[in-house]
Amino acid sequence: MRQFYGVTLDNPLMLGTALYPSPAILADAFEESKAAVATVSLRRESGQDKAGQEFWSMIRDLGVAILPNTAGCHTVKEAVTTAHMAREVFDTKWIKLEVIGHTDTLQPDVFGLVEAARILTEDGFQVFPYTTEDLVVADKLLNAGCEVLMPWGAPIGSGQGLNNILGLRTLRAHFEDVPLVVDAGIGLPSHAAQAMELGYDAVLLNTAVAKAGDPAQMARAMALAVEAGQLAAVADPMEPRDMAAPSTPVIGKAFLE
Amino acid sequence: MKINVNGESQSVSAVTLADALIELGFGDAKVATAVNEDFVPAGLRAAHILNEGDRLEVLAPMQGG
Repeated sequence: MRQFYGVTLDNPLMLGTALYPSPAILADAFEESKAAVATVSLRRESGQDKAGQEFWSMIRDLGVAILPNTAGCHTVKEAVTTAHMAREVFDTKWIKLEVIGHTDTLQPDVFGLVEAARILTEDGFQVFPYTTEDLVVADKLLNAGCEVLMPWGAPIGSGQGLNNILGLRTLRAHFEDVPLVVDAGIGLPSHAAQAMELGYDAVLLNTAVAKAGDPAQMARAMALAVEAGQLAAVADPMEPRDMAAPSTPVIGKAFLE
Repeated sequence: MKINVNGESQSVSAVTLADALIELGFGDAKVATAVNEDFVPAGLRAAHILNEGDRLEVLAPMQGG
């Protein structure tokens, strides 16, 4: 298993903590998923109910690595400030950097992303950039100091799967030694398995599990899928071909015409 | 003085950010703060003097994807 800023994960699944029907179902889903990382966020806290404190206590009890995000940030300044606040609250250098460029597709503003990644890296952060599958942007993110890349499979929450397999495969081929994570767009276990079959190092998903009718069962399905995909990648899959090739030997076949 | 806390106008008598957080009910809660869109680390809250009309953001852990 590849390392993420020096950390080896027990399982190549990163799971979001949003949109679950209840905290208990969230906890069940994490247990079934065997996820090694939980993504979290920061939002305004009320001095009266202090909802965030209870949530944080529950997430700590999961015993997984914490990856705070800058979800909802549309500018470099906003993302950088949020990252600083997250580092203090969650006591981690890890940051899932999101600089959103379009409200409909929630696709990253890759220009702002590269700029924010450079600022944060220079300030000691270990940046997990949510990016597109664009090869040139990926190269610029690495030059900015990122040691992990997280290209999207499809728009956040869309469940569309891997929309540009060629682009994802190209990234894998060009950056053999860089930990790559498909982040966003996963809807089914087959999508997660496919990402791992492409040689990706992990999958980050949230909605596919949280919005399933039975989140815990879907979490288990995702765990099995990433394991299957990972095993397949290591096993060196056969090359597809256009024409049929008999698997049963032809030699020795009886003449019965 | 009146300041804006998480988008809502509130009156506080505290002078520093640290005291304002206590007055607003945050006590020792795990929160991060920004004043006028700039991050104020926990270690600097006691020395940070608030001014009339300041915009204070108090953020805490929340669900995220």
